[in-house]
Amino acid sequence: MRASRGLRTVALTYLALLLVLPVGMVFYRTFEDGVAAAWAAVTAPDAVHAFWLTLLMVAVAVPANTVFGIGCALVLVRHRFPGKALLNALIDLPFAVSPVVVGLALVLLYGRTGWFGTWLADQGIQVIFAPLGMILATIFVSLPFVVREVVPVLREIGSDQEEAASTLGASSWQAFWRVTLPSIRWGVAYGVILTTARALGEFGAVSVVSGKLAGQTETLPVHVEQAFQNFDLAGAYSASVVLAAMALLTVLSMNLLKREEVTR
Amino acid sequence: MFVLLPLAAVIARSAQGGASAFWQTVTTRQAVTALELTLGVSLATVAINLVFGTVIAWVLVRDDFRGKGIVNGLIDLPFALPTIVAGLTLLALYGPKGPFGFSVAFTRIGIVVALLFVTLPFVVRAVQPVLIELDREMEEAAASLGAGRRTVFRRIILPNLTPAMLAGVGLAFARCMGEFGAVVLISGNLPFKTEVASVFIFGQIESDNVTGAAAVSVVLLVVSFLLLLAVAAVARWRARHEG
Repeated sequence: MRASRGLRTVALTYLALLLVLPVGMVFYRTFEDGVAAAWAAVTAPDAVHAFWLTLLMVAVAVPANTVFGIGCALVLVRHRFPGKALLNALIDLPFAVSPVVVGLALVLLYGRTGWFGTWLADQGIQVIFAPLGMILATIFVSLPFVVREVVPVLREIGSDQEEAASTLGASSWQAFWRVTLPSIRWGVAYGVILTTARALGEFGAVSVVSGKLAGQTETLPVHVEQAFQNFDLAGAYSASVVLAAMALLTVLSMNLLKREEVTR
Repeated sequence: MFVLLPLAAVIARSAQGGASAFWQTVTTRQAVTALELTLGVSLATVAINLVFGTVIAWVLVRDDFRGKGIVNGLIDLPFALPTIVAGLTLLALYGPKGPFGFSVAFTRIGIVVALLFVTLPFVVRAVQPVLIELDREMEEAAASLGAGRRTVFRRIILPNLTPAMLAGVGLAFARCMGEFGAVVLISGNLPFKTEVASVFIFGQIESDNVTGAAAVSVVLLVVSFLLLLAVAAVARWRARHEG
């Protein structure tokens, strides 16, 4: 059964109204007053600070979750242990938990009155209302991506080649670098892209633990909200455009990867 | 540990005042209204996106037109776009200063629109691979035996798609229940009217009622955990069904 012309129109109209037009509108609003005005808003000190802080989140969260994700996927696929099904379900939990609840959880753990609060204060470490807490929040919400992408690939390739490598005298480390990693590279790449996108854009969890101090603990998404609440529409729109451009880049690289993978 | 410990802290905090205090907090009128609203808009959202998501997946698999590759790529945009930006974009188009002359800002429809945006990819991406794998010979056989388009869809295609649709809906629903960034700007957060659960929790944290925030959080946590279990159960059922 083929799709009729009517269905195509319905699908495309829905996508246009929900996706294309709103995103186009923000680009339009940003450049309405000319490129110079938009550039001025993007290069305002608070916006620039927010931009670098956002990149810091990505720079820490992505490598951390990539290493953890590959390790966790290997454990889930290659080993049998009691509680494996439970771990499998728990991995997805950060996807299902509201980001605000994640933020609250971190406050209750590392905040002034939290479980580790007194100890941390004695050590002179501030987690909540500081970049450290925001990094923890970002790692938490983007935790499952790499695991979720790598697990099915690992399952599909099986362990034959790894076993062959080790009978030929490779150490398990060598087998991982020379055999396993090259064959899961597409899965890892997808996972990394998705993690990056989430880390760039996380708002709920970060805004709870950040305290939203302009020029100090504002990431770009938090900056968008704060600018909007302070009636600085130019600031909100231009920061949004920067984030939207990064999102489009993410989607583009995902599609290029997919194509690359298919042609091989 | 990294995941469980913080969540344990939430549960412990919510239980601090004992069961009766917990019950009192989650049954205050503002909390109940927020939870009911969240449930209502989430159900509406997944129902709409179930239909449109399936239609879009169908068109992407069975139809052929110029620019299909681009449309297919765009589906993932809501996953990549920061939620606060999604909220702002929708507000720019459907808000008070939008070009259409009507505004859904600060209404429940506005919340649903925001949730539709962020959960669009779930059903599409769940149904699409199943449709690609679907054996067309079955449909052709049914058609040659005299089944109309409607019958073929209802008796052959739909049963094959149901598990994937359920999985997509489950994930989308979980996302709706907890969504914050996309909703916070467009909803206006009027207590008793357009305040969803996550925004309510945020407000409680801001006004230093952390225990109250934790109590409502636990309700959300229970719902999301049950949903995850349900999605896992559907996946298992599907594996057995096909295996």
